[in-house]
Amino acid sequence: MGTADLISPKFVQSEHHERKAWLSVLARSDAREVAARWTALKLEPDYQTLRPPETGLVMVRGRAGGTGDAFNLGEMTATRAVIRLSSGETGVGYVSGRDKKHALTAALADALLQSPDHKQAVMTGLIAPLASARDAARREASRKAAATKVEFFTMVRDRSPKK
Amino acid sequence: MSPLDLSAVKPGFADPVHQSQAVFRQVMQAMSRPGTRARLDLDVKPPEGLDAAAAAFALTFLDIDTPVWLSPALAGGETETFIRFHCGCPITGTPADSAFAFVGGDTASAPLSAFNPGNEKYPDQSTTLVVACSAFDGGPQLVLEGPGIKSVAVISPVGLPATFIEDWRQNQARFQCGVDLVLTCADEAICLPRSIRIELKGA
Repeated sequence: MGTADLISPKFVQSEHHERKAWLSVLARSDAREVAARWTALKLEPDYQTLRPPETGLVMVRGRAGGTGDAFNLGEMTATRAVIRLSSGETGVGYVSGRDKKHALTAALADALLQSPDHKQAVMTGLIAPLASARDAARREASRKAAATKVEFFTMVRDRSPKK
Repeated sequence: MSPLDLSAVKPGFADPVHQSQAVFRQVMQAMSRPGTRARLDLDVKPPEGLDAAAAAFALTFLDIDTPVWLSPALAGGETETFIRFHCGCPITGTPADSAFAFVGGDTASAPLSAFNPGNEKYPDQSTTLVVACSAFDGGPQLVLEGPGIKSVAVISPVGLPATFIEDWRQNQARFQCGVDLVLTCADEAICLPRSIRIELKGA
């Protein structure tokens, strides 16, 4: 699977669409799955912490219903970290939830993905499987929702006055 | 605001909670004993333009609620990136709007009267200036008098502008309003709260 397959249409127009796409995958994946796949990669890069993992709240804004201006939907818990590899790449990790290991792994993966030496390995070993798991989960949720779909129809009652 | 370029930003505190508490304590002590040198030695690697003590001060005191003014020598450079990345504070172009101000390079660029002196109701809302000195010895001798000093204290920082004594006299005259100063050099800091009087030695 190439990078292009990971990109949702909303990223295509943006400048750093490739990086946005992998950061999005890392941010929303399940922490345990990220940890398992990261361990399997057996990468132990040397790095320096610029911002240790910290948990906080972010305000999620959006347009409910698809019309009008964005407004505050509510706050969600997020954890972030920033690291720099000894080779110089700086990686940022913003993930949902409060798993600090997850945020650190996301930052490390982001930094490695910027280095030409490691990009391919991390892409195939981490990002691609996580992205397909995410898509499968989304399809499954849609399928379950679709199965409960009810077709409403209305019979036209005869409202003509009784004779 | 432009996106941050993280490629060169230096790390902050390794242990943010305890290190910022230690720096806060040191600055509080130094503020209550004007003229004494406080060591803010916490192994911080400062960005270009800031002393280690000023960087430790920034990491401890700045956050999203404290607008910061940077002198022309510091604005737009590594210092601005460092402060925005680690402290998340807004950068203001107007000295009078700032809660903290960092002055490096040309100290004459910032007369004390340009900053926010607070008001009668809230004198605590005044600007605190962090001024970089090139040395703490060898400059003109300044005699300090006032609360927290037993008789007199003498300091001789290098790098304060020639107008400093007169500026300070005006600042002190509007007590309880007025700005507070933190002088920094390498990993040391000297605090000059608005309550003290400063004269040139022999004047």
